[in-house]
Parts: sequence; C-alpha cells; structure tokens
Amino acid sequence: MNLGLEVLLKGSNMLRLLQGLWVALKISLIAVAISIPIGLVLGILMTFHSRVLHVILQIYLQIVRIMPQLVLLFIVYFGTTRLFGINLTGEVSAVIVFVFWGAAEMMDLVRGAVSSIPKHQYESAGALGMTKKQTYQYVILPQAVRRLVPLSINLVTRMVKTTSLITMIGVVEVLKVAQQIIEANRMSSPNAAFGIYLVVFILYFLACWPISLVARHLEKKWAVN
Amino acid sequence: MKNNGKKLASIITAAALTLSTSTLAFADDTFRTLDEIKDSGEINIGVFSDKSPFGYVDENGDYQGYDVYFANRIGEDLGVKVNFVSTEAASRIEYLQTGKVDIILANFTVTDERAEEVDFALPYMSVSLGVISPKDAEVDSLDDWDPDQQMIVISGTTAETYMVENYPDIPLQKYDTYANAKNALENGNGAAWVNDNTEVIAYAAANPDFVVGIPKLGDQDTIAPAVTRGNDTLLDWINNEIVSLGKENFFHADYEATLTDTYGADFEDQLVIEGGQAGGKAEAATEGSTEG
Repeated sequence: MNLGLEVLLKGSNMLRLLQGLWVALKISLIAVAISIPIGLVLGILMTFHSRVLHVILQIYLQIVRIMPQLVLLFIVYFGTTRLFGINLTGEVSAVIVFVFWGAAEMMDLVRGAVSSIPKHQYESAGALGMTKKQTYQYVILPQAVRRLVPLSINLVTRMVKTTSLITMIGVVEVLKVAQQIIEANRMSSPNAAFGIYLVVFILYFLACWPISLVARHLEKKWAVN
Repeated sequence: MKNNGKKLASIITAAALTLSTSTLAFADDTFRTLDEIKDSGEINIGVFSDKSPFGYVDENGDYQGYDVYFANRIGEDLGVKVNFVSTEAASRIEYLQTGKVDIILANFTVTDERAEEVDFALPYMSVSLGVISPKDAEVDSLDDWDPDQQMIVISGTTAETYMVENYPDIPLQKYDTYANAKNALENGNGAAWVNDNTEVIAYAAANPDFVVGIPKLGDQDTIAPAVTRGNDTLLDWINNEIVSLGKENFFHADYEATLTDTYGADFEDQLVIEGGQAGGKAEAATEGSTEG
C-alpha cells in the first residue's frame, strides 16, 4: 500500500513537520513551566480554610473547566486587541491560555494531593514542634509531590496534544504543517493523507513518550515503601 | 494572600468582560491606513495555507496559489514586504476587525452578511454552480429534463437549495459526502451532478471521461479582497490596483500560473474577473457586462 510518504522527502517537508512539532512542544513546555509553580501555590492556598479564597479559586477553576480551550484562545488572541488594543502574537496568546488552563488544573491536582495527606502527619509534625512553614516544606509537600507526578504528567501530555488548536489563531504547528503538505500534494499524491497523519501520530508519540518515561522513573524512585 | 485573590479576581473579570464584549461590533480604528503600511515597510495579508490551489504552502515552505500570486504583486507595487498570515475560514472576519491583518485574500466570497462586517474591494474571481456529466451523455441544459433521470447533489449545499427552488421538477439524488456523490456519478446512478463549478471543473480536468456541460448555473458569486471596515485609503488603493492590473490581464496570467493545473485552460474566462469586471478579458469588458 502506498502511504504517500515520498511526499515528506520533497523539498524541506520533513524538516517543516519537525519545526511544527517544535512549535507545539515549545509552547506547551513554556506553559507547563509557568503553570506548575502557580498551580502549586494556588493549590496550597486552596487547602487553607479561607472561605473567600476558596470561592474565588473555585470560580476560576470552574471557568477553566467550562470554557473550551478554543474559546479561551479566541478571547485572548482577538479579545485583547478589541478591548485594550494590545496586539498579542498567536504564540504569546497560546502560552497565556495554556498557563490559565494549566495553573487551574494543577491547582486542583495539588489540592487533591495535599488533602490526601492524612491528618496525623500534620499533627505529628506539630508535636515535633515544627512551624506551619516547616510542616509543609518537610512533611506535607514532599509526600504530596509524589502523588502529584502521575497526574501532572497526564496534564502535560494533554497540553501537548491540545496545541493542535492553536492553528485557529494563526500559529502553524505540526498538524497544520501536515495539512498544508497534504493539501499542496492533493493532485500528485491523493493518498498521502493517511501516511502523513501516521507520521504526525508517531511524532506526537515520540514527544510524549519520554515525558511518561521520566514520570515512571520518578514514581519508582520516590515510591513510598 | 489577599493580594493574590484580588489579582485573580481581576483576571477573571477581565476574561468575563472580554467574553461579553467580544461579540459586540466595536467602532474600531484598529486598522492601519495606506501610509502607515507603507511607512512600516510590511503588509500583513491573511491567506489560506492549506487550500490548494488558492492559498497553500509548497514543499519549500513558501506560500503559493492564486490568492498568493496577487498578494505578492500587491506587496511589490506598494513597495513593502508581504507578511503572510495563515488564516482559517471561520476567523477571516475577526482578523480584519481586530486589525491583525491588513487585507484578507483567502478565497473570500462576497456576501451581504459579510459586507456588513468588512469592506470588500473589486472582485477578482467568479464562482457559481456547475453541472458535470459523462462525456457520452452530456447534459448541457436543465430544460426538458427527462423525469426518469436523477440529478446528483450533496445535501445541505447551495446547489441543493438552488435546484429545489428553481428546478423543483428534477428528481434529486442526495448524498451526504463529496466522496459518495462522486461514486454515484462514476457508477452512473444519476445523469449528472450539480455542485460548485470550481469543484466540477477540477473533477472534469482530472477525469477525462466526464465533461462540464454547464459551467455556470444560478447566481454568480464573486471572490474579492477584503479590508477592515472603514479603511478607505487601503480599499481605494486596492481598487485602483485591480483596475490597472486589468490592463495587463494580470489575473489571466495569475490563472495560468496557478490554476491551469487544476481547472484546465478552458474555463479561464469563466472563473477569472479582470479589472474588477466579470466577463472575460479587460479589453472585451464593455459597459454593462458586469454580472451578478
């Protein structure tokens, strides 16, 4: 069966596909790097028993959950220009949206992980004379982070995959490059679509798999015996 | 802690505000005038990057196609660098309204609804419906239709609406997808297939057993450049450009460079609008020849 893969050898097509993958990875990795610390802080804040804070953070979380990422992308990319006259590039808008989304999801994961630490851990730390800061720093967070790893890796890979939406705000990433290649060769290789999408699938896999491997390694290394 | 909450609240308010107002039409002055574009040395033109042969990216990563050929000429004549922006059909109007591009040249069909949102310049291409049939049983007219024969049509397209309104007596054979309609034509399930004329012309060019008996049917739709509403300096410049390009038959040259492979040479005059006027070459364009 002819998968039309010879199309990828034409000109710089394969390189363009890889550049597209890099665009997708760059945006998601920058977003992850920013959203993890924000999510950590917000998640810990959420476990404090402040009602006002809890309500505000819940509203934030629900907005992120309810709004499709595509809507958020349009709001940030076009909305900022309409309202404030700020002309953000597609890449910057994408990072903002992914951080807005990632921080909320991360916050909820952290909240879950921290609240899953049994109460006696806090009490034992207190009995040893630790301050609140010390309790979190040495007792609660190290345990919470271990529980967090598999969940947050899941979030990272979801972000990588969701970058396929950013083509809607003019960012040419791997999937868009694939569509461009397929379309440019519609006449000469009408069957190229399957082969090229297969290559895109492999590229996404190669990008996400190492992330999963690192996660598995960390999980084993930090396993609570 | 409190500060953090406040910040968050303001972000949420901003987002909510954006959402609630983004649907309103703003009296905006977001566009760049002709002089501002010239001074900046760059023009942003929104094109398709995956709609061959109108706007696509070749294997070297360069934009190509009928729209792009024209865009490059605009850049050349303005003396500025063309910065191509990859747009999607659904976001073309938004790009103009926010001034993120100066011109949209993305196979943009002129409609009344769109004309309320953006300003269209003179057209440079004309599309309508077309009818394709097997070469040995060519259908070149819809009058005197044999009621035993069926017409193939894709459900939900303008072709279906047109047939129902104008030829209610012709039995239709409806398909949901392009692929199914194509198979039906190839298998002889229907006498002919009515669809966008660009589609049927391209199909006939690739399949010599079929012929486009009726290349123009129904209303003529035109394809034109669009600018942000109110950007008159740029609009006037484009209109003058299209008229003066007509003198050198620019769009015919454009067609021959970019569309002949897909549509063949026979339909050049059916598809191209030269100098902003429908009906073939500019020299031949007499008064009143403007259609649709």
